[in-house]
Amino acid sequence: MASTLNYLPPTRLVTMLSILTLGLLSQLSHADQWQQTLDQAAGDTVYWHAWGGDTRTNDFITWAGVQTAALYDVKVKQVKLSSTSEAVTQVLAEKAAGQNTQGAVDMIWINGANFLAMKQQQLLHGPFVAQLPNAKYLDLSPTSSATVDFTEAVDGLEVPWRLARFVFIVDSDRVKNPPLSMAHMLTWAKQNPGRLTHPVVSNFMGTTFLKQALIELTPDPNVLQQPATQESFASASAPLWQWYDAIKPYLWRQGQSFPENETIQQQMLSDGAIDIAMAFDPAAAAAGIASGLLPPSARVFVPSQGSLGNVSFVAIPYNASHIAAAKVVANFLLQPETQAHMQNIDVLGSFSVLDTSKISHQHTMAFSALPTSEALPTLAELGPTLLEPHASWTTQLKQEWSKRYSQ
Amino acid sequence: MRFSKSWPKWVMLAILVIGILLPVLAGLGETTWAAFGILPALGKYSFSLTAWQHLFQLPGLTTSLRLTLVSGFLSTAVALILALFGCAWLHGRSTKHSVLSKLKPFTAPFLVPILAAPHAAVAIGLAFLLAPSGWLARLFSPWLTAWQLPPDWATVQDLWGLSLALGLIIKELPFLWLISLVALKQINVSRQLSLSQSMGYSYASSWYKIIFPQLYPLIRLPVLVVLVYSLSTVDMAQILGPNNPPTLALATMRWFNDANVAMLLPASAAALSLGMLMVVSVFLWEMSIKLIMVITKALTRSGSRGRPWKLATKVLSTALSACLILGLLSLAVLAIWSLTWRWSFPDALPASWSYAYWQNLVTNWPLALLHSITLALGSSALAVVLSVAWLEVQDRYGGHLYRLTFWFIYLPLLVPQIAFLYGLKIGFLRIGLNGGMGAVMWAHLLFVLPYVMLSLVDSWRALDKRYVQVAESLGTSSWGCFWRIKLSLLLQPLLLAWAIGMAVSISQYLPTLMIGAGKIESLTTEAISLASGADRRLVGVYGLLQALVPMLAYGLALLLPRLITLKMRDNHMRELS
Repeated sequence: MASTLNYLPPTRLVTMLSILTLGLLSQLSHADQWQQTLDQAAGDTVYWHAWGGDTRTNDFITWAGVQTAALYDVKVKQVKLSSTSEAVTQVLAEKAAGQNTQGAVDMIWINGANFLAMKQQQLLHGPFVAQLPNAKYLDLSPTSSATVDFTEAVDGLEVPWRLARFVFIVDSDRVKNPPLSMAHMLTWAKQNPGRLTHPVVSNFMGTTFLKQALIELTPDPNVLQQPATQESFASASAPLWQWYDAIKPYLWRQGQSFPENETIQQQMLSDGAIDIAMAFDPAAAAAGIASGLLPPSARVFVPSQGSLGNVSFVAIPYNASHIAAAKVVANFLLQPETQAHMQNIDVLGSFSVLDTSKISHQHTMAFSALPTSEALPTLAELGPTLLEPHASWTTQLKQEWSKRYSQ
Repeated sequence: MRFSKSWPKWVMLAILVIGILLPVLAGLGETTWAAFGILPALGKYSFSLTAWQHLFQLPGLTTSLRLTLVSGFLSTAVALILALFGCAWLHGRSTKHSVLSKLKPFTAPFLVPILAAPHAAVAIGLAFLLAPSGWLARLFSPWLTAWQLPPDWATVQDLWGLSLALGLIIKELPFLWLISLVALKQINVSRQLSLSQSMGYSYASSWYKIIFPQLYPLIRLPVLVVLVYSLSTVDMAQILGPNNPPTLALATMRWFNDANVAMLLPASAAALSLGMLMVVSVFLWEMSIKLIMVITKALTRSGSRGRPWKLATKVLSTALSACLILGLLSLAVLAIWSLTWRWSFPDALPASWSYAYWQNLVTNWPLALLHSITLALGSSALAVVLSVAWLEVQDRYGGHLYRLTFWFIYLPLLVPQIAFLYGLKIGFLRIGLNGGMGAVMWAHLLFVLPYVMLSLVDSWRALDKRYVQVAESLGTSSWGCFWRIKLSLLLQPLLLAWAIGMAVSISQYLPTLMIGAGKIESLTTEAISLASGADRRLVGVYGLLQALVPMLAYGLALLLPRLITLKMRDNHMRELS
C-alpha cells in the first residue's frame, strides 16, 4: 500500500484520497445508520397488523418472519385482522389515551382510504422509505405507483410490497366469451339474467367495481384525478347511473341483495350461483384453484381498456414500539429475492413492486424462472393499469349509489 | 356501628363500582361524546348534532329498522313458544310409542351442540343448507329438479329477514329450552298437572293456564337476553340477513369499520340509537307479556277446561323438530365441510376430501386454545363468584343501591361491542393496562357477567325461602345456609350459568383483539379473521373446535348435579340401613 502511494504525484494523491474518504464517509454514514437500525432491531418482535382473510398471505407473512429471524434476529408476529380499520382504531385509541410511545401496532398492511385517514390524523411514523437500503430498487419518481397511493402522495410514510390489479374471475367451462367492457357486460347480463352481481357497495370491492365502470363509461377519465365537486361528480357519473339502471334488473336477485364481500362472491361462483366474481389480485383464480376454493376451470379476465390497479403498502404507526425492527422487515419485503418468492404462483402470485430496470440481471433471471400457471395471466395479458380516482370520488359514489338503490 | 355491621355490602359495592361500573361508563362515555361531535383524537372538540343529522339522512334507515324489529321480535317470540311447548312435550307421557318419544331422554344431548356452537358457524351451516345452491338443493339435483345450476331464489337473505329470524330461532331455542327445563325443577310440575287434569283441564290447558304463568317469571330475564341479542346480532345478520340495507346492527358495524375515520361520529350516533331501540323493545316486549298474562288470567277465571289443542300441538311439534333437525344438520354439514377439498353443485357429497385443515390446525391451535380456555375459565368463574356474592349480599343486607348497579351490569349488552370497546380501550390505557391476559379477562368479564347474572338471578330469587328459615331455626349459621342450602339446591342453575359464561367468553372476538392489542390470539380471533365468512372448510374446523369447550362445560353442567344427587342419595341410604 505504502509503495503504491510513493509513485503517485502528490496532487493526484490528495484528490483521490479526498474523493475516497468523502465517498466512503457518505456511504459509511448511510450504512452506519442502517447498521444502527439493525442493531436496534435485533431481538425484537414486530407486530404486523394485517388482514387475515387470505391463508396464502398469512403463510407468506409467517415465512417472512422465519427469514428475518434467521437474517436479522427480528421476529414477525401477524395480528390477523378482519378489517384494516381495526388497526387504525387501535392507534387512534392509543393517541386519545395519550400513549405516544410503546404502541401495540408496529406495522400495518395498508393503502387507500385507511392510509389517507392515518396520514391526515398524523398517526404515521416517517418519512422513512429513503432510509431503507432496498429503496434503490423502487421507482421513486413523483408520479410512480410507489409514491402515489389512491392519488394521495405517499411522502415516504409507507413502503410498497405487493401489486394489486382489479380482475374478474369466471368459470371458463360456463363462460366462453366473457364481457370485456362495461357496455358488453350489459348485453351479457341481459342474456344471462341473475348470473352477475358485485359485493355490497360499502365493501371495498363493491366500490372498486363501480369505479372501474365509472372510468370506462365517463367521457373524460382525467376529471377523476381531481377532487370531485358537485358539478363534476354529477356530469362525470351520469353515464354510470344510466348504465346501472339498465343492468340492475338483470343482476343476481334483481340487484336487491348482494354478497357481503369478494370472498363470499367467489364462493358463489364456486357454488355455481353466479358466473362472474371479482378480485384485486391477478393470481386470485390460480390461488383459488390451488386451495380448492375455485374449480380448475377458473380463469381471470381483464377489461380490454385495462383495469384499476394499486399497490399494497406497509406503514409504521407514529407510536410503534419496534420502529427499527419494522423498518428491517419492510426492507426485507423489498429484497428482490423476497419479491420473486412472493411472485411465485405457488406462494402468493403477487406481482413485484420493484422497478425492473433497477434490479440486476441475476435477479431478473430469478423472476423469469418462476413457474407459470394457466390461470395466472402474464403482465402483458393484464393490459394497462388504470389509475385510482381521487378518494373523494369513492365517498360520493358510495353515497349516490345508496341514495339511488338502497331503500 | 351500622357501617361496621354491613361492611360486606360496601366492599361488594366497591368491587362492582370499580370492576364493572367504571369500565362500562368509560366504554359508553367515549361513544356518547362522539355521537355529539366530540372526538379529541380526530381534533373534534365542539358539541354538534351533525352526526345525528347524518344518521337520519342515511338512505334505507327505515328499512333497516323494520328488518331489525321483525327479525328480533319474531325470532324471540317463536323461540320462546317452541321452548315452552318443548317443556310440555318432554314432560308428557305419550301413549304412542313413536321414534320421537323414545328420543325424549336424549333431548338435552341434542340441544347442547347447537347451544355450544358459535352463532356464525350455525348461520353459515344453515345458509349452506337452505341456499338454492345448498345441500338440500344438491341432494335433489339434478335427478329431481333438473337443475344443473342453482336457481336465483331468495331462500336465504330474503328481503324481510325471515331467514335471519329462522337462524336466530334455531340458535336460541336450545338456550331457552334448557333454561326453562332447569327452572321447571323449582315448580312441582307433576303434582300440579295431575291435580289440574283430575279437575278436567286438558294437558295443554294445564300447561298454558297453570305451569307457564309460574314458569315465565323464572325465565323472564333470559328471554330478554335473547331479545336483545337478536336485535343486535352482527354475526348472523351478515350471513343470513339481507344487506341492502342491512339490519341496524350490521349497518352500524359497517360505519365503524369505514376507512373514513370521520364516519366514527355517525357510527357512534347509530350505536346509541341501537341501544335506545333495544330499551324500547324490551319495554314493548314486557308490555305484550303483561297483556298476554292478563288475557290468560281472564281465560283461567272463565273456568273453561280447554280442548286438547290437537292442531296446535301438531304444528308446534312439527316446527320444533324442524328447528332441531335444521340446527343439527347445519352443524353436520359443517363437519363434512371441514373434511372437504372440493364440493361443487350439484354433487350430493364432496368430490374430493382432505384433512389438510385439521392437520394445519394442529400446528397452530395449541396456544390459541390455551388462551381461549384460560380466558373462559377465569372470566366465567369470576362472573359466577360476583353474581353469587351480589345475590347473597343482597339477601342478607338488602339495599336500593343494588338495583342501580343491577342495571349497569347489563349496559354492555345494549350497545354494539365495537362502540363500547373504543372507550374501554382508552380507559384501560389511561390506567396503564396495555394488553395482557388480565386486561382481556376483565373485558371478557364485562360481557360474561350479564349473561351469567341473567341466567342465575331468577332461579336464585325463586328459591323457596322456607328452606333457609327452617335451617336457621334449627341453628344453622348464615354461612351454613349459604353453602348447604342455597348452593346445593341451586347447583344446576349455577353450573348452567357458568357454562353459558364459558360459551360467551369463548365467542368474544373484538374484546380479545382490541383490549389484547392483538397480542393474545384465541380460537375466535383466528377463526373470524381467517374465515371472513367465506371458506366453509375453515369455518367447519374452527366452528367445531370453538364448540368443543362450551360443549364440555354444558355437559358438565347437566351431568354433575345428577351424579352428585345420586351420590348423596347413596350416602343417605347407607346411613339409613
